[in-house]
Amino acid sequence: MRYLLRRLGFYLAALWASATITFLIPRLMPGDPVEAYIAKIQSQGQGVIAPNAVNAIRIQFGLTNDPLWVQYFQYLNNVLHGDLGIALSQFPAKVTQVLGYDLPWTLGLVGTAAILSFSLGTLLGILVAWKRGTWIDTTLTPVLTFFSAIPYFWLALGLIYLLGVTLRWLPTGDGYDTLGDLTKGWNPDFILSVLQHAFLPAFTIVISSMAGWLLNMRSTLITTLSEDYVLMARAKGLTERRVMFAYAARNAILPNITGFGMSLGFVLGGSLLTEIVFNYPGIGYALFSAITLLDYGTIEGVFLILAITMLLANLLAEVAYVVLDPRVRNERG
Amino acid sequence: MRQDVQFSLPDDASEASGSIDAVQQAIQHAPQRAQVLLAGEIVPAAESQAQDLQWRRFSSVFLSNPRVLTGLYIVGFFILIGLFGPFLTHQDPNALSSDMFRAPSPAHWLGTTQRGEDIFSQIAYGARVSLLMSFAAAIGATLIAVVAGLAAGYFGGWIDEVISFLINIFLVLPGMPLAIVIASFAVKGPVTIVLVLLFTSWPWGARVLRAQTLSIRQREFVTSARVIGERPWQVILVEILPNEIALVASSFVSTFVHATLTAVALEFLGLGDMMVASWGTVLHWAQVDSALMANGWWQFVPAGLCVAILCAGLTFINFGIDEIANPALRSERKLRKSKKGIA
Repeated sequence: MRYLLRRLGFYLAALWASATITFLIPRLMPGDPVEAYIAKIQSQGQGVIAPNAVNAIRIQFGLTNDPLWVQYFQYLNNVLHGDLGIALSQFPAKVTQVLGYDLPWTLGLVGTAAILSFSLGTLLGILVAWKRGTWIDTTLTPVLTFFSAIPYFWLALGLIYLLGVTLRWLPTGDGYDTLGDLTKGWNPDFILSVLQHAFLPAFTIVISSMAGWLLNMRSTLITTLSEDYVLMARAKGLTERRVMFAYAARNAILPNITGFGMSLGFVLGGSLLTEIVFNYPGIGYALFSAITLLDYGTIEGVFLILAITMLLANLLAEVAYVVLDPRVRNERG
Repeated sequence: MRQDVQFSLPDDASEASGSIDAVQQAIQHAPQRAQVLLAGEIVPAAESQAQDLQWRRFSSVFLSNPRVLTGLYIVGFFILIGLFGPFLTHQDPNALSSDMFRAPSPAHWLGTTQRGEDIFSQIAYGARVSLLMSFAAAIGATLIAVVAGLAAGYFGGWIDEVISFLINIFLVLPGMPLAIVIASFAVKGPVTIVLVLLFTSWPWGARVLRAQTLSIRQREFVTSARVIGERPWQVILVEILPNEIALVASSFVSTFVHATLTAVALEFLGLGDMMVASWGTVLHWAQVDSALMANGWWQFVPAGLCVAILCAGLTFINFGIDEIANPALRSERKLRKSKKGIA
């Protein structure tokens, strides 16, 4: 119990830290985001901004003339009440509204892809560690390593070009068929369209992130195979399959589960870019348009939302670890 | 102090390399070492012998691995491109010309952009910028990781509490979005990107090094060094750090990979200096010009392929380093041999 409270305390602290980072970054950087925003608007020929409007924009950005610590507590108070300000790129919508619309798309796509790639990568990792030195290991491992070294967005571009533009097998963008007369909701046509549009981005994420799980699983499993209890299991005459899955892999998977929470950050980062390339209506695309339009509120909001997602994923991974590893339960419980 | 280093070597040799011949060698050399410890004047000879042994062990594991060799060739190739690439082309990477959006040809090896810039010279000049950015970020992040990891692992107490807390916070925060947030507020350019990468990529190495330092700190040779009265920084630098070189190297290489991928992604998003030719900016302009929809594959393929091949090469090198640090991972060949021996 004390252990659990400690961990919860840590996650709260991490949450506070991420809010503080989003507060500090715009204020520590040289240059004035408000000036940059105004210059951008004016250079696009959208009219001249009156001097008294500048102050209004400043308040939009949360940059008041109050002392820094007052601003800080106001900011924390707003974040705690779920108020992330106004999304300037989609005025007058609130950041939370914009992200609330985008988040389900990202969670659906990236969540499914991450879980698929974790399971596939781990299984293949068991396979290559088991058949170590055979042709499966010597071809699959380097080929997937090469895939993991490819930038996500570049793989996405390549797949769009091959399967979308040249062969015309699959749609190249958007989350569903925006041109057809589909009614959004739980009807078969819409769901089919969503699945069709999600296939290529999900495939990109799975291919690029799978190698990490595979390599981790391979090396921990190989280390585990030299443990005495594995030797014992073999000596008892158990089948190879049973030794592999029930003895070695069960123990070797533990570090991979801790790794899942943390590596999710990489997967998330890569997925953002994949979404951008596919014009997918998720968080990544919102981030991209926010960057080009200098919508700082949304940029910060995206970071906060992703930080919260990461923290939750790590918390879940830890709970799973406690469930799977009795040693942790007994020692610290 | 020097004697103590001698103590640590055989211990380390038998521990770090599981392969039977290395252990045998270590055993064979053990009496000599004992002698050396009695008579201090033979120390240099033994030291060079030990180094020789380590070097042979290193090269036999490292250079005999085909993956590692491939990786070394690839990285060497890109370093050469970074050094001499600009001499291969007489075109300025930013020079506009009337040859707009041409496919690869003898005049333009990798084609041209929609503004008539020569893509080959952009890639060649860009290699230098991209490699330097990743290198600077990887060196810096590894230094921070070494300092943080060793200090936390060695001193323990509140120093460890503070550093571990920072490491854990940075580990659970999403790195790429954090990098994007910082880069979008900062002045655009390669220096910003290096700083952003430094800021977001140190904790992985620090975590591994802290854990390793915690375990090495328990070893006898560290205890004896402290009993003799060596200063903490001496113990850390002379006793502990040399035993973690493989980990430092592997964290350097993986940070390099991470930095390369993140830098390309940031520049692709338009968060770099778009006037400086680098692999990421080439891809950014290709996207802005929507070259793909116009069948302009040559604007995308070369830069992305460079990144992918370089990073794969670095990852292959890391396999070799892992095998040095963790003998269980070494190739099946040796294991089979030893299994036969047992049977």
